[in-house]
Amino acid sequence: MLLDIIITSLINGSTYALLAIGFSLIFGVARIVNIAHTAFYMVAAFCIFFVTHHLGYHPIVGMLIGVAVVTLLGMVTYQIFIAPIREHEAAVLIGTIALAMALQEVMLLIFSGDYRSVPPLMQGFFTIFGVKVFYQQLITFIAALVVLGALRLLLMQTKLGLAIRSTAQDREVANLMGMNESRVALYTVGISIALAGFTGAVVVPLTIVEPFMWMHPLIMMMAVVVLGGLGSIKGSFFAAYILGFAEAAVVFLIPMGAFLKGSVALSIMILVLLIRPEGLFGIAFEEER
Amino acid sequence: MKNFKSFWIIILACFLTMAVCFPAWGADTIKIGVIGPMQFLQGKGHWNGAVMAAEEINARGGVKVGDKKMKIELVKADSNEFINVTDATNAMERLMTRDKVDFVVGGFRSEAVLAMQDIAMDYKKIFIGCGAAHPELCLRVAKDYDTYKYFFRGTPFNSKFLVRTCFIQMATVGAILKKSLGLEKVKVAIVAEKAMWVDPMIKAAEGFIPKMGMEVVGIWRPSAVATDVMAELSAIQRSGAHMIFTIFSSSVGIPFARQAGELKIPAVQVGINVEAQKDGFWQATQGMGNYVMTLNTYNRNVEVNELTKPFLDTYIKRFGETPTYTADTYAAIIYSIVPAIEMTGTLDADRLVKVMEARETKVPSGIVGYLKDDQGRPLHDLKWGPGYLTSLGVQWQDGKQVGVWPNKWKASKDAPEVTYKGMVPYKIAPWVIEAYKK
Repeated sequence: MLLDIIITSLINGSTYALLAIGFSLIFGVARIVNIAHTAFYMVAAFCIFFVTHHLGYHPIVGMLIGVAVVTLLGMVTYQIFIAPIREHEAAVLIGTIALAMALQEVMLLIFSGDYRSVPPLMQGFFTIFGVKVFYQQLITFIAALVVLGALRLLLMQTKLGLAIRSTAQDREVANLMGMNESRVALYTVGISIALAGFTGAVVVPLTIVEPFMWMHPLIMMMAVVVLGGLGSIKGSFFAAYILGFAEAAVVFLIPMGAFLKGSVALSIMILVLLIRPEGLFGIAFEEER
Repeated sequence: MKNFKSFWIIILACFLTMAVCFPAWGADTIKIGVIGPMQFLQGKGHWNGAVMAAEEINARGGVKVGDKKMKIELVKADSNEFINVTDATNAMERLMTRDKVDFVVGGFRSEAVLAMQDIAMDYKKIFIGCGAAHPELCLRVAKDYDTYKYFFRGTPFNSKFLVRTCFIQMATVGAILKKSLGLEKVKVAIVAEKAMWVDPMIKAAEGFIPKMGMEVVGIWRPSAVATDVMAELSAIQRSGAHMIFTIFSSSVGIPFARQAGELKIPAVQVGINVEAQKDGFWQATQGMGNYVMTLNTYNRNVEVNELTKPFLDTYIKRFGETPTYTADTYAAIIYSIVPAIEMTGTLDADRLVKVMEARETKVPSGIVGYLKDDQGRPLHDLKWGPGYLTSLGVQWQDGKQVGVWPNKWKASKDAPEVTYKGMVPYKIAPWVIEAYKK
């Protein structure tokens, strides 16, 4: 049973990690609490459904189009709706909630609330220590590791990465050093939403596509981000697997309470925060940044 | 100038008076509110069934009310009850106060229908529930008849009968498994979404399955909107279950069927999976829902009586899909409300209730009659069994949904066999045969 729990948690955790790292990135750099993050994940899923089901293209084409469309959509909506109010954190929070609801309603109008699905990139499963794992889940797990590695390379080895890290540490000083802080924020939004779109792309064959599919991941993603420490990418990565483990453990250990898996994961987050309010890898005081 | 001003004031006052009296304009129509989650298939079923009924009645000149003929006017109300029960009560309130409907049909989630029921009863409007199965909806009628007598269950029959039908279907499939695979005792995993209507069914299942000579190996309660049930499926496989008794009315039915099919979990699925009742199930599961069996009300190839085929043919021609049970708003209007109005010659709810509760009516899915409780009090709950409503057992077989139950079914030893026209034999999934065949 322990193996079941570990393998299931690695798979669930990868999805949360992909979402939470994108969310952390944008919060760390631009101080934007983007509630619409998982709504872009939902839009990407619908793009893939549309391209594969209505246009008849291969899922890979759908995924590329899906990621491109949501990245563009994210950057445009950022420039139009978020950038002008960026300095007002509460307004940004409410604005992104409204944006998420608007995206949900648009998808509901176009595609209705019917449940849909897309074919996996690779059909079938393999067995590891007696636990069945879909190839698509393996793809998701590997994709999460590859993307996270690529993100680390981008942040540590490129000029853009340096600019992003500098802006995350101190916006004013980065600005004084000649970095165009607004542009860095825009690029970071692009990367962050591309990550959301990519998560949608790799996860969509494993789930059902419907306009409300962004809500549950949003709650879990927020929990991961808070548990890991707001704005900490490393924290998000570890917290994602911790909460993934908690969810899997509930299903295996309390079958009658499987529906409680989300609540238990959130309770663990609260417990950790009681002991360490800044989260696992967070910074205790804003001034330390 | 002053006269000119007065003229406009009088015109405006006339318009206002007309606007206030607007409901009176529709006095020659019978207003029926159709309430349901309209952005979802269940709500579309409510609406489509009602549209078909209204079109049919209006085409023949309307409903005869005393000496005059009145046309049916439908009012659509989106309850949004999957997302928010408050939206459902607001939608019902609007039907009562703004649209001033004469009757209401629809509703889906028991939690929402219980709340909507109170509002309709406050306004003394006949409300035929076409979707919710919780017994409490009708127990209220018996407990407080004067308040709740305006509520009738239209479909499905209550969850006690739903579970009884499921047990019969499980026993049928269990016997096939025993015979075909040489199993001594069939092990059953109960997987039920977390929802109010399911709770009494689980209690019943825990008590009754062992009496059927089967063993319950575990109960799993995923969220009704879970999108990943891998963990549950792994645990079920570990439990050694041969059969999975599913109780799903929400979206979880899709990932469960899809992932179980893709992982080739060696257990047959029997029970209720509302998503598997729909034509879109095959696409939604990418063909992985093969061999899933579920309770259903209609199937393209099955005829319960002489009304079934004309209803199905017209519905499929008009809307391009097989009706789900919520489309029984059609039967509620055409076989319940309209005949009662024509018999009494009135729209008076109290008089209509007396007629409706006493009638037995043939509908496309069987015969509708209403139960009384142990003390002889009217329940307005549907009668179940041979000669009344039995529902169907349908199975997905290679992309087609086919009827597999009742097929030579005997309700008791001495009862006559029941087989509806169009039934085919049940098929065991090949990977289940492979796993257990000795």
